[in-house]
Amino acid sequence: MWKWLHPYANPEVTYHFTGKLMPWFSALAAIFLSIGLVWALAFAPADYQQGESFRIFYLHVPAAMFSMSIYFAMAVAAFCSLVWQFKLSDAAASSMAPVGATFTAIALITGAAWGKPMWGTWWIWDARLTSELILLFLYLGVMALHNAFEDKNLAGKAAGILTLVGVINLPIIKYSVEWWNTLHQGATVSKLGKPSMTAEMFWPFLMTFLGFAFLISIIICLRFRTEILSRNSMRPWVKELLLVPTSPVSSNTAEEK
Amino acid sequence: MNPRRKKRLTIIAAIFIGLGFVVGLVLYALSQNIDLFYTPTEIHHGKKDSGIKAIEGQRIRIGGLVVPNSVHRDSDSLKVSFKLADMSMPISFNDNDLMVTVTYDGILPDLFREGQGIVANGVLVKDDSTSGFFIDASEVLAKHDENYMPKELVDSAKEKPSY
Repeated sequence: MWKWLHPYANPEVTYHFTGKLMPWFSALAAIFLSIGLVWALAFAPADYQQGESFRIFYLHVPAAMFSMSIYFAMAVAAFCSLVWQFKLSDAAASSMAPVGATFTAIALITGAAWGKPMWGTWWIWDARLTSELILLFLYLGVMALHNAFEDKNLAGKAAGILTLVGVINLPIIKYSVEWWNTLHQGATVSKLGKPSMTAEMFWPFLMTFLGFAFLISIIICLRFRTEILSRNSMRPWVKELLLVPTSPVSSNTAEEK
Repeated sequence: MNPRRKKRLTIIAAIFIGLGFVVGLVLYALSQNIDLFYTPTEIHHGKKDSGIKAIEGQRIRIGGLVVPNSVHRDSDSLKVSFKLADMSMPISFNDNDLMVTVTYDGILPDLFREGQGIVANGVLVKDDSTSGFFIDASEVLAKHDENYMPKELVDSAKEKPSY
């Protein structure tokens, strides 16, 4: 059943496979982000209460959604690495952490910038904001653990356990606005059923959402490929790959690649 | 699945279930404190599950909708008072709704208007003569709901109050 996956356990195969995917991701990200951002920031109608400042929605909501989905992806990778000890899934988990942390920070900062004019405060310790801040700290902890050990396997194990423990935070973030009274509003789009906004506001959101999805894929692929190379730097195929232009410079060609 | 993998899987599953249980209990124990605010009904009757009531003189947050025609502004200061009722969807107000009066001296947020969700932070005062509750607020925040609408749509729906 899982036979088709087996070749990808080989770092070399995965390295070339992700290399083939990246141009597609780049093209899709460019298309969706340029259409989506122009549509969202210039042409989508302003909200009846919030006016133009509602447009930060198109940055805040995708960033917040991806901050959680990247964490989930990282947890799946960490789980596979802990149980089956795939070396590659460990590399994947460690390449995802900084990307997720960045998007969590974007969600928190854009949220604060929106909260000041709308709510009247930059920050309030309600359940949604606090649990999202904890997510940022989890990311930072995972990143710190990945870099805390000389031995990559040991680092991956420690970071993986923290990642799995932190998964408990995901449903708390998601349902915080339903379980408790919070200042943060409930879900507009990330729920079953009809989004609580009109179609002419929702379509640009979908575009920016897909745009960010592909942008994140590119960044993670880039980091993942670098991680594969640095973890396999002693292997013949990596040496061959990096030294192909028959010149004695090795480090420069690696970066150009 | 070979025995070593099975063992690792069991350990991880056990850690995860145990932690989930612990976190669940902690959140359950803290649930009163995680709630950001009391609703007007909860001030009158206590919290839904636990029945815990806010004590007079306690500093609390209250969240509710500003009742239409209840906003009184002082003509020569920033003092303002308004009534809050429970949030309900679709938005509707009833004279029998339990209400709490909020008094505040300061600048209200831009989103403040009648029918708007508000979270106010202040000291709970009980008026024994009318058995009504007051909040002497030091901070008033606007709560925005999850609905976004273009202005034109709202203008065209103004005639029909339930859009």
